[in-house]
Amino acid sequence: MTSEQLNLTIPDLLDRNVQKYGQKIANREKEFGIWQSWTWQDVKEGVEEIALGYLSLGIQEGDHIAVLGRNRPRLYWSMVAAQWIGAVPVPIYQDAVGDEIGYVLGHCEAVLAVAGDQEQVDKILEQQEKCKALQQIVYLDPRGLRKYDHSRLHSFASIHDNLAENKDRFGEELIRRRKALSPEKICVMLYTSGTTGNPKGVVLSHDNIIAASKASSDFDSLSQKETVLAYLPMAWVGDFIFSIGQAYWSGFCVNCPESSQTMMHDLREIGPSYFFAPPRVFESLLTTCMIRIEDAGRTKRSMFQYFMQHARKVGVPIMTGEKVSLMDLIIYRAGEFFVYGPLRNVLGLSRVRVGYTAGEAIGPEIFDFYRSIGVNLKQLYGQTEASVFITIQPDGEVEADSVGIACPGVEIKIDDRGEIFYRSPGTFIEYYKNPESTNSTKDKDGWVATGDAGFIDESNGHLKIIDRAKDVGKMANGKLFAPKYVENKLKFFPDILETVVFGNGRDYCTAVINIDLISVGNWAERHNVVYSSYQELAGHPEVYDIIHGYIQQVNEDLAKDENLSGCRVKRFLILHKELDADDGELTRTRKVRRRVVEDKYNDLVTALYDGSKEVATTTEVTYEDGRKGFISATLRICEV
Amino acid sequence: MNETEVTDKVDTLMDIKKVTLRFGGVKALSDVSFNIKESEIRAIIGPNGAGKSSMLNVINGFYTPQEGEIWFQGKRRPKLKPHQIAYQRIARTFQNIALFEGMTVLDNMMTGRMIYMKSGLLPQLLWWGKAEREETENRMIVERIIDFLEIQHIRKTPVGMLPYGLQKRVELGRALAAEPKLLLLDEPMAGMNNEEKEDMCRFILDVNEELGTSIALIEHDMGVVMDLADRVVVIDHGEKIADGLPDQVRNDQNVIDAYLGVAH
Repeated sequence: MTSEQLNLTIPDLLDRNVQKYGQKIANREKEFGIWQSWTWQDVKEGVEEIALGYLSLGIQEGDHIAVLGRNRPRLYWSMVAAQWIGAVPVPIYQDAVGDEIGYVLGHCEAVLAVAGDQEQVDKILEQQEKCKALQQIVYLDPRGLRKYDHSRLHSFASIHDNLAENKDRFGEELIRRRKALSPEKICVMLYTSGTTGNPKGVVLSHDNIIAASKASSDFDSLSQKETVLAYLPMAWVGDFIFSIGQAYWSGFCVNCPESSQTMMHDLREIGPSYFFAPPRVFESLLTTCMIRIEDAGRTKRSMFQYFMQHARKVGVPIMTGEKVSLMDLIIYRAGEFFVYGPLRNVLGLSRVRVGYTAGEAIGPEIFDFYRSIGVNLKQLYGQTEASVFITIQPDGEVEADSVGIACPGVEIKIDDRGEIFYRSPGTFIEYYKNPESTNSTKDKDGWVATGDAGFIDESNGHLKIIDRAKDVGKMANGKLFAPKYVENKLKFFPDILETVVFGNGRDYCTAVINIDLISVGNWAERHNVVYSSYQELAGHPEVYDIIHGYIQQVNEDLAKDENLSGCRVKRFLILHKELDADDGELTRTRKVRRRVVEDKYNDLVTALYDGSKEVATTTEVTYEDGRKGFISATLRICEV
Repeated sequence: MNETEVTDKVDTLMDIKKVTLRFGGVKALSDVSFNIKESEIRAIIGPNGAGKSSMLNVINGFYTPQEGEIWFQGKRRPKLKPHQIAYQRIARTFQNIALFEGMTVLDNMMTGRMIYMKSGLLPQLLWWGKAEREETENRMIVERIIDFLEIQHIRKTPVGMLPYGLQKRVELGRALAAEPKLLLLDEPMAGMNNEEKEDMCRFILDVNEELGTSIALIEHDMGVVMDLADRVVVIDHGEKIADGLPDQVRNDQNVIDAYLGVAH
């Protein structure tokens, strides 16, 4: 396999980049209102400094180092520094609540945690009980930590101050550790959020990461000149591949936003050439944009509508190089000047050469919207266990309903039940301390079960995903039940944030809807609908009417499809609270945990099927700091 | 080590000695004495109309008491002219927000740096030489405060468009921009919801801890006062009725009477 020929580790790539691109910018971060930058040379010095710091704290080879915080250059460096000395970095979702962090820290027996700020330090300290191995914490932002007990707490600043001393004492050890490093050693351990059960620690080697990064970089000819914005959780495999794997392989610059709230603004300032986002980000970008159009003056609004209609007609064909009539082309060019160009600019997507969406199926309408205004958005299909890449769409062969062809180096097969299997150089080593799951997922020949059902389109060799294999079911009358498909159709409407469709083994389908507060709130403001809370807005009769309309549209669409006509939604209700990862209803990557929702809202599901007109319910909610509370409500059930 | 540093620091920053303030025949403050130490949070509490805001105005030099002395940083303070008030490194926020609504958050906070800008009119107009250097230096200080208060996302937003809680935070930011020795907060939590209050509390503690600024605050929310303050002084009808640690004050009979009323 290619990976063995490469024979490289991430620290090797860092050395190579210093040689090749020493004075080129490797990282930027907006701080104090200005983009601060670091060259590859600076990055190497930073990484070595942290690695020496680790040695001074007594980190051994094979120790686990947890990293917790928002995307910041020094936190990325601290992961590479861990690899440098043969330790294993374990990034953790920064918005995870205490229990989840405690589980991961305890499971991987981390001896050191690197925390972004006081909030993360507090969460770690709270979980001390669950992770006896944890001895030290290193923190980045010192604010609020001055009065903490510093016998086990260290700042990055103190590591910097001790650089000279550490160099004297541990310089040789650093070189020895580096020499002991080899490509089959563990590069990173990532916990999959998992839609069922406790998260599992996926162990990936340098070989895995670099092979996957190389294959995918070559595929889209990524070069040193790309710019990306690192804003997705560092604990997500996607971010690790893009901000470390591909960035180190290709040598491009990774930019970190100033804070999560300034992300949109920073995106515009950076203008990434390579952009990656889960469907949810594209959906919310589109929602914000639509709201602004609704608020715009009549001229602008009608101009937008006219040109967008035209773009829907010819935008995608023009992008793929199909022939369109001269008149259509002229109108599209005019649209480019008046609408599409400015719109891309506002969205921060002006310079995007390659854009990807993955993690979940994207609504075809959303997908086509971006492509029709000239954003080269493509889909890929992957998972943590594969170091992301399983299939990928080549330029010019992009469809909304397929996920492309097998990535270079990846083999795919589909078993007789329709489940997708793959084998690739990026395939993970094992689930940490969980041989049982490892064996049930990966067989001795290296084939990995994805848990997704799909088929290969004979005409062009593209893989199509139907649904999670275990979610696809049958209705009571034997018709196909594919909840995800219906949910994605519903979620295209900006007013619907999230939805869960039930119907497996039942006579008909029902839906639980989450409204999008931004979008519906904006509508309420424009129509003088008064509300005081999310709950009140969600229960408003007019909101019910709107959602009713959407469901009817989707039902009409479904009726046209012979296979899926059974999935039409007959009854629905609007939930009084947003589904939330803190309550365990969503994963940290914001995928619905169907089983959890079904169990938790059992009373609502029963009511959806027993014909009642309304249902009273009490729900437990978890606040950000881990405290619990209850909200109760009476929800109306609406027939379609 | 920091723990001891903070508690051992007994230097008095401001000493208020037997201050009496009259408006015509009305006695707003009579014979009030207390001090504010370096790096402490000092709460001034009392029922409505007790003279708390007058006290704050005396402290920052806006009112000059008819009797009594104010000692600040070891020197007795003479009667101040308005422009001198701004230069003595006592900054404050107001009960009702007093920001420039049409200006951005950044510009509002830059006004807090006015006292440090010395370049003349012409360089300022041309943004040249000293003026440019000064603006860069001062912008850096303001940016650090923006970072500190976590308001990066509204840096360029006009203040008038912001919700109340954020406006309060901007006002605190402007006061901090002046790099005060003593920060006066007049009801920083008034009208806030619980979440905003918690945020504000954290910022006040952080300011005190990280920047070492002494803080005198007036506040009605007793929970907040008891949590935040190192020492509390209680004023009623213009007279000091108690002074001490939060717990002592809470159990003081005079204070209970003043708040709950007493049978005559």
